[in-house]
Amino acid sequence: MSSLSATIQDVFNEPGCGKNANKSEAERKKGCTKQLQPGGAAGGCAFDGAKIALQPLTDVAHLVHGPIACEGNSWDNRGARSSGSNIWRTGFTTDINETDIVFGGEKRLYKAVKEIIEKYNPPAIFVYQTCVPAMIGDDINAVCKAASQKFGKPVIPVNSPGFVGPKNLGNKLAGEALLDHVIGTEEPDYTTPYDLNIIGEYNLSGELWQVKPLLDELGIRIFSCISGDGKYREVAYSHRARAAMMVCSKAMINVARKMEERYGIPFFEGSFYGIEDSSDSLREIARLLIERGAPDELMARTEAVIAREEAKAWAAIEPYKPRFKGKKVLLITGGVKSWSVVAALQEAGLELVGTSVKKSTKEDKERIKELMGQDAHMIDDMTPREMYKMLKDAKADIMLSGGKSQFVALKAAMPWLDINQERSHAYMGYVGMVKLVEEIDKALFNPVWQELRRPAPWEDAAKNWQARAMAQMDAEAAALAADPQAAEKARRARKICNCKIIDLGTIEDAIAAHALTTTDGVKQHTNASGGCGACAGRIEDILAAMPALPTPTVPLLQAAE
Amino acid sequence: MATVTVGKKACAVNPLKMSQPIGGAFAFMGLRGSMPLLHGSQGCTSFGLTLFVRHFKEAVPLQTTAMSEVATVLGGYENVEQAILNIHKRTKPEIIGICSTGVTETKGDDVEGYLKLIRDKHAELANFPMVYVSTPDFKDAFQDGWEKTVARMVEVLVETPKTEARRDPGRVNVLPGCHLTPGDLDEIRTMLEDFGLEPSFLPDLAGSLDGHIPDEFVPTTIGGIGVDEIAAMGQAAWTIAIGAQMRRAAEAMEKKTGTPFKLFERLCGLAPNDEFIMFLSEISGHPVPLKYRRQRGQLADAMLDAHFHIGGRKLAIGAEPDLLFDLSSMLHEMGAKVTVAVTTTQSPVLERILTDDVLIGDLEDLENLARERDCNLLIAHSHGRQAAERLKIPFHRAGFPMFDRLGAGHQLSVGYRGTRDLIFGIANLVIADQEDNHQATPDTWRTGESEARVAASAAMMH
Repeated sequence: MSSLSATIQDVFNEPGCGKNANKSEAERKKGCTKQLQPGGAAGGCAFDGAKIALQPLTDVAHLVHGPIACEGNSWDNRGARSSGSNIWRTGFTTDINETDIVFGGEKRLYKAVKEIIEKYNPPAIFVYQTCVPAMIGDDINAVCKAASQKFGKPVIPVNSPGFVGPKNLGNKLAGEALLDHVIGTEEPDYTTPYDLNIIGEYNLSGELWQVKPLLDELGIRIFSCISGDGKYREVAYSHRARAAMMVCSKAMINVARKMEERYGIPFFEGSFYGIEDSSDSLREIARLLIERGAPDELMARTEAVIAREEAKAWAAIEPYKPRFKGKKVLLITGGVKSWSVVAALQEAGLELVGTSVKKSTKEDKERIKELMGQDAHMIDDMTPREMYKMLKDAKADIMLSGGKSQFVALKAAMPWLDINQERSHAYMGYVGMVKLVEEIDKALFNPVWQELRRPAPWEDAAKNWQARAMAQMDAEAAALAADPQAAEKARRARKICNCKIIDLGTIEDAIAAHALTTTDGVKQHTNASGGCGACAGRIEDILAAMPALPTPTVPLLQAAE
Repeated sequence: MATVTVGKKACAVNPLKMSQPIGGAFAFMGLRGSMPLLHGSQGCTSFGLTLFVRHFKEAVPLQTTAMSEVATVLGGYENVEQAILNIHKRTKPEIIGICSTGVTETKGDDVEGYLKLIRDKHAELANFPMVYVSTPDFKDAFQDGWEKTVARMVEVLVETPKTEARRDPGRVNVLPGCHLTPGDLDEIRTMLEDFGLEPSFLPDLAGSLDGHIPDEFVPTTIGGIGVDEIAAMGQAAWTIAIGAQMRRAAEAMEKKTGTPFKLFERLCGLAPNDEFIMFLSEISGHPVPLKYRRQRGQLADAMLDAHFHIGGRKLAIGAEPDLLFDLSSMLHEMGAKVTVAVTTTQSPVLERILTDDVLIGDLEDLENLARERDCNLLIAHSHGRQAAERLKIPFHRAGFPMFDRLGAGHQLSVGYRGTRDLIFGIANLVIADQEDNHQATPDTWRTGESEARVAASAAMMH
């Protein structure tokens, strides 16, 4: 069994990841783990990521080996849905105490496994390692092995303690645990030429069920879903599927790629967010299945379903078009979901005034540009105040984002819709997109906004905080417009690297002085992108724009100012 | 007197307990311009953050020293230093509150020592307010983290008055336990002000997490008690501590400033509020305002109306010690039988809970005991929802976290008025359950025995 650090190296070496393939050998070794910035980091740890990826397996007991924080502060907090067992929602933890720290927690862990089997008898137990037992040297692999043998039941170690990296590394380590210990360990009762694995889909709000009826109609069997509404046995025999679809960006690309390598299951990367994406994904599924032996007629049936569903969806969206005329949307979300939703929103008559590219890859950015035209404003790391101004300037009528930025919009009495994982509505497939449009309509035309924007009767509307914030920003802008020198100074003062607090001017000077051409060079000379690394894309843009200096460098960034 | 037992299971199932560091961070959230910082891996912070955001539905400040595996082994000085410098530079806080976690305590990081070095090395931080509390995850619970943190704030931030002579008779310190909501604090504030008293709350969550709209977008807390006001708390005539957990902070205050304290273990119920109101009247010299005489009457009437429904109810309650003591005592006074009591951590109030035994355990224990003892009223934080669904008994959400209902920050339990509304709320749950699930049918009173008798007499007639 390979050590945790070897596994991490292996995960970093993912050939299926385009981003990774473009890196130098040395860079690849460092992995996709960005250096976390003390005092400036947000987001979950590797344990969190592993749990997110595996917890939707519904009939498994998920046992967290660690102090109370890891499970006590976080259990039952995900919106995945189950069609059967609810044991996945039960919180199991060893809740280790001082004595365990001194004498080791392995015995407690073993006893915990025993208790769970006696009381709940699940088909399998997943044991999650956390930081403290990892530090004191608890060997969960050994405990799981011993317990498996003793109790004749799979006890799977998930080695992903929080301090090894961020959430996204944890997703992959969870995948490794499945590859090492689960996939290929059981055989299905029967197989068909229509058996499909779905990898990286978590069935949040039950959204998988928005698509499943279509697959059912086509006779395509969801053979194994990793992991939304999944069952242990289905994952264990998933190596017998004919084809696989990988959703949710690159979180579990290692699983898809290694299953292709080991079992010859071809996969494609697709999405069910957005109408066209749904159609493309259905086509891809049919194509791969046919390649693997399903009858050719599947494609014709698939096309028929696509045509019918698209027509139905567009017809359902049609009535909203006049209502949405002239309405502008600010879309702030991580990565892939952005571009897959953009097209549908535009079809509904909404105008996109911006979209964030914080977590998007370069390809994603290109796609967004392609879809939205060159003048799309891509808002990278907007500050709350800028976000507010954007909304307030009536540049946007509604903001769609994840939970974190919601308070900016809501406090500004602006319509807002949750489109990330905490949301309560399901937006997948054709029906999901219609639902999204419906929800936008509901949010936009709610009379509550009128009510809330009315100032308190004793308040001087010209002097309330909104007015003051706007006046302040307008005054700043006016002062800059009047004084080119100050404008240049302000332009150069724009912060590019938030972690290391490096401004545009410093970077431009360094590029000019040392004739730099790569982000690595910029990093060496200025330390920019030496923190979380999120600004590497911005630095690339600066590098690309440099020859044309001193005209304003990146037109895309102006939206935020 | 209740017997207190500690559960013996190796595996906690459906935890009731949450960890100490986030209890500590929660206390720091009641300070103005504050940035709580957990010294641990970033997950320690992100789990806590999610919990607070889901409970309050507000933006919540909470940062991390983002300890990696290597940093953890080598020691976290550099991470603490960088985190403080970054926060200081980027978010311009008025105070940084630091809590340790399990991972850094296992290594044994000497954070007090680090802070000294950091202050020496960076002139801008020499006098910057920073408070550090040791709160390992593998010991104690949420409430303990709060208790230790508030006591530490008093020790570090309150100044000893230069002259003993002049105490301001109108000024009162209030040290609220973590079981009180921002709504509760506002209610207590109103009560004190009605007696002409001027309270300082430490911490003051009502200023920061009551849901008000701030004037500026700041990444730190948007309100709460300021560091300057905390420093001057020594000039108050009295300290009022609410909940047994606050004894430690109240004693620290007395030791440092000489301000005497009065501890109210409960503020929910008729008798505790009588005592509280009379104390306020006494220290202020004001007679009890008409408003409270009327409110007392309303509470008494509510108790009359509700005792029909709450009386005889078999209560299963899971909560942190002070909340458990407060709510179970009040419901006992309404005639409920405290049948199952589960809590998270040791406390002197536990043995005074009006039941036979109190278990330090989890929600699985609560659920199983409730089923065994046939309970028909459940109280716990939101995580009790799964148990309630399976037990099919009325479920009242109390405590932190409450993530699946709105208004967590404004749920009242203190004062005559707060008690009145709480009693109505619980009684209405019971009434609804009665209507939905326990309506009489022709077979309600039919037993196997009576069936047999019917059969027998039918046989006789033929």
